[in-house]
Amino acid sequence: MSTVTTSKSLSEIIGSFSSATFNEALDSRKHAVEILETKGLPAGKNEEYRFTPITRAIENVFTWKTESAPSSITSIDPFLIEGLDANVIVFVNGKYSESLSRIVSPESEVSIKSLREAFNSNIEAVNTNFNTLVNPEADSFAALNTAFWQDGLFVHVPASTRVEKPIVILHLNDAIQHQVIAHTRLLIILETGSKLSVIEKFHTTGEQASLHTFTEEIEVKENAALEYCKVQNDTGKAYQVINTNIRQADSSRVDTFTLTLGGQIIRNNFAITIAGEKCESHFNGLYMLNGNTLADNHTVVDHQKPNSFSNEMYKGVLDGNSKGVFNGKIFVRPQAQKTNAFQSNRNIALSPSSTINTKPQLEIWADDVKCSHGCTIGQLDEEAMFYLQSRGIDKSTAQGMMLYAFTAETLNTISNEVVKEYVDSLISERLHKNF
Amino acid sequence: MSKDNQLLEELTSREYEHGWNVALETDSAPKGLNEDIVRFISERKNEPEWMLEWRLKAFRLWSKMTEPKWPNVTYPAINYQDIIYYSAPKQSAKPKNLEDVDPELIKTFEKLGISLTEQKRLTGVAVDAVIDSVSVATTFKEKLGELGIIFCSFSEAVREHPDLIKKYLGSVVPMSDNYFAALNSAVFSDGSFCYIPKGVRCPMELSTYFRINAANTGQFERTLIVAEEGSYVSYLEGCTAPMRDENQLHAAVVEIYAMKDAHVKYSTVQNWYPGDKEGKGGIYNFVTKRALCAGDNSKVSWTQVETGSAITWKYPSCVLKGDNSSGEFYSVAVTNNLQQADTGTKMIHIGKNTKSRIVSKGISAGRSQNSYRGQVHIMKRAEGSRNFSQCDSLLMGDQCGAHTFPYIDVENSTSKVEHEATTSKIGEDQIFYCQQRGIDEESAVALIVNGYAKEVLNQLPMEFAVEAQKLLALTLEGSVG
Repeated sequence: MSTVTTSKSLSEIIGSFSSATFNEALDSRKHAVEILETKGLPAGKNEEYRFTPITRAIENVFTWKTESAPSSITSIDPFLIEGLDANVIVFVNGKYSESLSRIVSPESEVSIKSLREAFNSNIEAVNTNFNTLVNPEADSFAALNTAFWQDGLFVHVPASTRVEKPIVILHLNDAIQHQVIAHTRLLIILETGSKLSVIEKFHTTGEQASLHTFTEEIEVKENAALEYCKVQNDTGKAYQVINTNIRQADSSRVDTFTLTLGGQIIRNNFAITIAGEKCESHFNGLYMLNGNTLADNHTVVDHQKPNSFSNEMYKGVLDGNSKGVFNGKIFVRPQAQKTNAFQSNRNIALSPSSTINTKPQLEIWADDVKCSHGCTIGQLDEEAMFYLQSRGIDKSTAQGMMLYAFTAETLNTISNEVVKEYVDSLISERLHKNF
Repeated sequence: MSKDNQLLEELTSREYEHGWNVALETDSAPKGLNEDIVRFISERKNEPEWMLEWRLKAFRLWSKMTEPKWPNVTYPAINYQDIIYYSAPKQSAKPKNLEDVDPELIKTFEKLGISLTEQKRLTGVAVDAVIDSVSVATTFKEKLGELGIIFCSFSEAVREHPDLIKKYLGSVVPMSDNYFAALNSAVFSDGSFCYIPKGVRCPMELSTYFRINAANTGQFERTLIVAEEGSYVSYLEGCTAPMRDENQLHAAVVEIYAMKDAHVKYSTVQNWYPGDKEGKGGIYNFVTKRALCAGDNSKVSWTQVETGSAITWKYPSCVLKGDNSSGEFYSVAVTNNLQQADTGTKMIHIGKNTKSRIVSKGISAGRSQNSYRGQVHIMKRAEGSRNFSQCDSLLMGDQCGAHTFPYIDVENSTSKVEHEATTSKIGEDQIFYCQQRGIDEESAVALIVNGYAKEVLNQLPMEFAVEAQKLLALTLEGSVG
């Protein structure tokens, strides 16, 4: 059950840490290095990374370095969502790019800063909130990220403010000439009664491999509402470990959607802590994989207070040699009476060499609750396929229609029509081209 | 609410019914475990050399292993050197028939409600009784012998059917399987062996009754069932132990080998002493049970009612190797006071068109923790396989916990797997409905719990269904969540 890798890479990684290059939030960085020293990176036997050999990839694929690779990206147009009027924040190889970014919302609505800049200008909200929602002890990749983050984003929405235009965060990795290793952070604070929509996109260009660790902390205060959408449509040599941590206070609402279409190994650790009463969270996910992609969604909903509602729906379509891993944990603490928590994970396997590993998990300590989970693994309904074909629709179109119907439900958590259309077009493209 | 509390109080203060201790003289090994103890056990049992070698090999393996820590249970570290590994009721000579058996022993079984005497002919159950790990009596041997069925104690089988034992011992649960299986392989003292020849349908239920009587002992029995082509057997197992302050270890191994077209039904009502309401004493029940559906169209079905033990940790599993073979698992696990249960099943689909079905009902009350942990693994070549799992948890009281850990791994695209789980308490509306119709609260709860567990209880053979229902009622009547 050992989780410690004693390989050369780990000592190399730890050895590369120097206080001189990483001066912001130094204490938390040093602490994270200590965690790495004792815990190492998760090895094959580690329960949480049983199916996801990302440590092996780091050892075999990447040459560890801490400085950002140079980039030649000059235009972000191909990565934008057409027709969406939004703030666009661009990170290139882990560095915030001021020249490519474009902030359109007024400062009174939302304050958007690079995390390094926020630390350097000694903003109190950053000092007090940074690294409070993520637990580097629990996940060694969060520790790795906490130790080595190069830059990040700080977003602060004042009380009772509705941010009209969404924030699009583009994570671009320019791997045309060099391998890219990037570590970025995000800290969002939604004050009481505020509202914000965030869209994240991940792109690697070029043929080289990229490794991206990303840690997000989002504080949603009383009566605030967050809409969050993540699109992972990366190249076949992209490795990602993303830790998303959201905390909800009383009567807040969170709607999230995670779409995973490509990459080599994509690992999403997605945790929602319901620390207030009468909260509502809906979080959906969709993974449509082919080739050798491995997508691993580990989600946690932690109900700590009574009278809240959570609904989780993750769906998967697997083709080629792809692997889909799902682990959903629902915790209901003793005080969290009258909790309603639902979870479902449904998968369709299209190819005989695809693999699905799913582990829905309920841990309940309160008695007056309604909790359920369900998961299925199966194929398209043969009778429905026959019905469509008997009406002159060819097999691949019929399959596309059926799969489209299967996936459409997960898009319910997106309210912005432009974003929804964009996501929809990505799904249709995948259905028509690649399956 | 005060009535609920009162009822809960009543429930949690109920005492263990089978907690008496009969003064039996025993022949015991000294405390501790080393190669000499293994030799001592083997010698006491007059075992042939190969058996001793097998045990020693297991012991050496065990010494290198470490105790697994992954289950969702907590208990103080077990000192394996502080356990007596062999304890046998003292008898001057091996009894030839029931009249020769120590009357104290017979009394023990009468208290348990199992009569080893001729009355059992009426119910038609053949019983092998195991006290403190030693088989003391087996009934109906001759009648079974006429059909070619072998049903005897394990040590007898080692002496009289060495070829069968050599062939099948460890074939389903190898000694290296896990820590407790290795320990059992080294020190197992007795158990039951059952062999059903080709094409024979066993005419009666076969039953083993286990009881730990002596203090400070661990019980390590081994059951081996071999069902030849086209045979059928229904096998029952029950267990009790006296009340003791210290914890006792029970690490058994059950192996079932089913060949082509064979059908084995295995039912357990586990009622080891669960400890008192402060969690003092009680049995640690760490058991490895596995069935191998080796032949095509074979079928194994596990049914368990778990009400006892301080800690239960077991996963009766099916390895579905033969094409079209099927495995079933029906379980009711009830925990109360400070009991902890981590139980479930594993269904490993290897053959084509294999089917499995899991129905698990957990009920937690008091301050207990009840976990379902299961795995459904469909291998690449197990095309067209099918699994359905349902695991429901019922919570009574606000200090208990219910946990579900299902692992589902599918490696092909022609199989269908469905899993669903719910956690809830007994609905106020359900109770209200019953009360409206003149059923008092207590009976309403009994009715609802019974209905909740019905699907599993229905799988039990008659003889056990009665006991199981009684046990359920005893543990849970009057408790309203």
